[in-house]
Amino acid sequence: MAVTQTLRSGAWRVVELLTTPVVPADYLDVVAPLRNAGVLRARIEAVRPETRDAVTLVLRPGRGFRPHEPGQYVRIGVDVDGVRLWRAYSVTSAPGRLSVTVNAVRDGAVSSYLVRQARRGMLVNLDQPAGDFTLPATRPGKILFVTAGSGITPVMGILRSLLPELDDVVLVHSAREREAVVFGDELRALAAAGRIRLVERHTGTDGRIGPAELAALVPDLAERPTWACGPNEMLDDLGAHFAAAGIAQNLHVERFRPKVIATGDGGKVTFGRTGTVVDAGGSTPLLEAGEAAGVLMPSGCRMGICFSCVLPMTEGAVRDLRDGSITTAVEGDNVLVQTCVSAAAGNCHLDH
Amino acid sequence: MTTLQRKPVNPIAHLTEEDIEAIGRELDALRDEIVASRGERDAKYIRKVISTQRRLELASRALLLVSIFPPAWLLGTAGLSVAKILENMEIGHNVMHGQWDWMRDPKIHSTTWEWDNASPSEQWKHSHNELHHTYTNVIGKDNDLGYGIMRVDEQQRWSPIHLGQPLWNFVNACFFEYGIAAYDLELGKNLKTRKRRQSPQFKERLKQVRRKIGKQLLKDYGVHPALSALTGSWLTTIAANATANLVRNLWTHSVIMCGHFPEGVETFERTSIEGETRGEWYLRQMLGSANIDGNRAMHIMTGNLSYQIEHHLFPDLPSNRYQEIAPQIRDLFQRYGLSYTSGSLPRQVGSAWYKVFRLSLPNRGEAKALAEGPRPVSGRKVKATRWQRPATQPATEPATGPVATVTTEPVAAAS
Repeated sequence: MAVTQTLRSGAWRVVELLTTPVVPADYLDVVAPLRNAGVLRARIEAVRPETRDAVTLVLRPGRGFRPHEPGQYVRIGVDVDGVRLWRAYSVTSAPGRLSVTVNAVRDGAVSSYLVRQARRGMLVNLDQPAGDFTLPATRPGKILFVTAGSGITPVMGILRSLLPELDDVVLVHSAREREAVVFGDELRALAAAGRIRLVERHTGTDGRIGPAELAALVPDLAERPTWACGPNEMLDDLGAHFAAAGIAQNLHVERFRPKVIATGDGGKVTFGRTGTVVDAGGSTPLLEAGEAAGVLMPSGCRMGICFSCVLPMTEGAVRDLRDGSITTAVEGDNVLVQTCVSAAAGNCHLDH
Repeated sequence: MTTLQRKPVNPIAHLTEEDIEAIGRELDALRDEIVASRGERDAKYIRKVISTQRRLELASRALLLVSIFPPAWLLGTAGLSVAKILENMEIGHNVMHGQWDWMRDPKIHSTTWEWDNASPSEQWKHSHNELHHTYTNVIGKDNDLGYGIMRVDEQQRWSPIHLGQPLWNFVNACFFEYGIAAYDLELGKNLKTRKRRQSPQFKERLKQVRRKIGKQLLKDYGVHPALSALTGSWLTTIAANATANLVRNLWTHSVIMCGHFPEGVETFERTSIEGETRGEWYLRQMLGSANIDGNRAMHIMTGNLSYQIEHHLFPDLPSNRYQEIAPQIRDLFQRYGLSYTSGSLPRQVGSAWYKVFRLSLPNRGEAKALAEGPRPVSGRKVKATRWQRPATQPATEPATGPVATVTTEPVAAAS
């Protein structure tokens, strides 16, 4: 065993010597993109329409993908107009398979692209599953899920995997109208079979469910550990209600985080590794702002052509001083920006 | 920049300061147009080139495993030569310029790319992107002008050593990748004094280069021939790799000579770039570069450096776009009465070599009088503002007041 392993790693070393200065996987990518464990990808096996604005993508992940836990999400990277953009989507399938359900939102570059353009056979980039919106190993006897809109997606992932282990499930789900309920048929079938108690609310006609109404709909609310996913206001209201009742520990939330990036003039620039924080003006290049604060910055031509000064921005917004264009990054991103021609357009965090 | 250099006819004497800034504005507008239209088509192009190059290299190297058979040797060597040229020119050079950084693909990015060349990409990016592209054709600042071993301008002082420069140039062409590595190490400067030789930074860089060259040699002359030994093809594989490297070196050297050496290309006094504006920088790029005419295949094989003028104006824009904007650039030259230097490959190579021979001898006649005339004195001593667009251009003014943008993607992120 040890001998074959030595032989194999020896042979691999030879291949590596042959492909220098790149790695063997770069050549492998040309013929078998899913075999490269260094760059995680998935092939779209099927595209299933769910509602007018939502599709389920059945994915076949490449080598190196670790199975997810029900309730977790994966980040998916797609090239929209040639630019790689990453977004997180909850896994809606049971472990062993990988499906995500994408709801097209207005002005959502990635979601619109996936809903309208995704085709069988396409490749997407993938990250390992992550997230802590999961059930404890000792499953609660009674459980409540409160969801709205595409907030149903992580809960669907949980129901499809763990329902046999759950005895008493209440799901309160809101959507604009009946037709907009993602997985509507499947949920109603589960309810009809007596596997779950489903409270379906169409907010377009009946309005939203407030915490007080929820307490009336679910009389034993206090006894039910609750998992909630939906818009921020809903989660904030729930949080306040649970806290007021003294059972805040019962509530687990997953946020659809609509990130507000103030693209103003200037902002606080944080250099993550050095810990320096600078108040940078809207017309001062990040490079100069950093240098003025004593940060050792990489630099080159100082006119935006040599790319010696690029640093990863993990959060925030910058403006290109040459053409005024805005580049933004949200948590989990790693957007490289040219610090010599970019100024802060809001608070930004640089990994440097 | 009015003190261009000491030439009998100053090619920009007819331009006013406003003209130069207008040229700058026009080029900035063109730049914005390209940036705004970058998209899927461009991304497809570079991915296609990379995938073609890798397939070609794999197939050629596989063929060379049986290179004991002459047809396999011929085909394999030809394929490997083309693959190596593509890798260095259309892919490596352009990726390391950051031309494809906008795709945000970590695999095709200036910060991660390493090329099939003796010079480590880190060092090449400094000497090429930073020095050569910022100080293009400025005597004493742009080492690409003769690579510090040749005299390529009348203004450079002649010494008897230059008599041998046609020979140096030929030797440099044959071993061009090592020439580049030595040049990126600034050997001339760094070997001069003991202090420089002993400096830890220089030693570290030297180590980097040695490691890179070691790996390159081991690949082409060690591992690959060893695999070919199974069919008794090890010697022929060594010959094939050596040939491919030689072909690549001669080709890249020729293309690069054509970029800045042919007749018609201007050079600049060091003092002329003090306080240089964005418009002046653009103008210097326009006058300091020369193009090569040819068909599509030739352009791709030169990494679109046959559009050297366009490349120097916009070194960080995708190379497939240079050909598309060339007519507009040519028109701009014409409108402002400037000469767009371009010619066929043989003509430009010939012209560059003629210059190498001519300047191996001391200046004579008119050139002598001009070169030895009084040095122009610059009155200005101010910080250059090359990155700054003219303030009169409304497009560059920052939006007034803070604007809030909300990304509306449903992101089911961890709570």
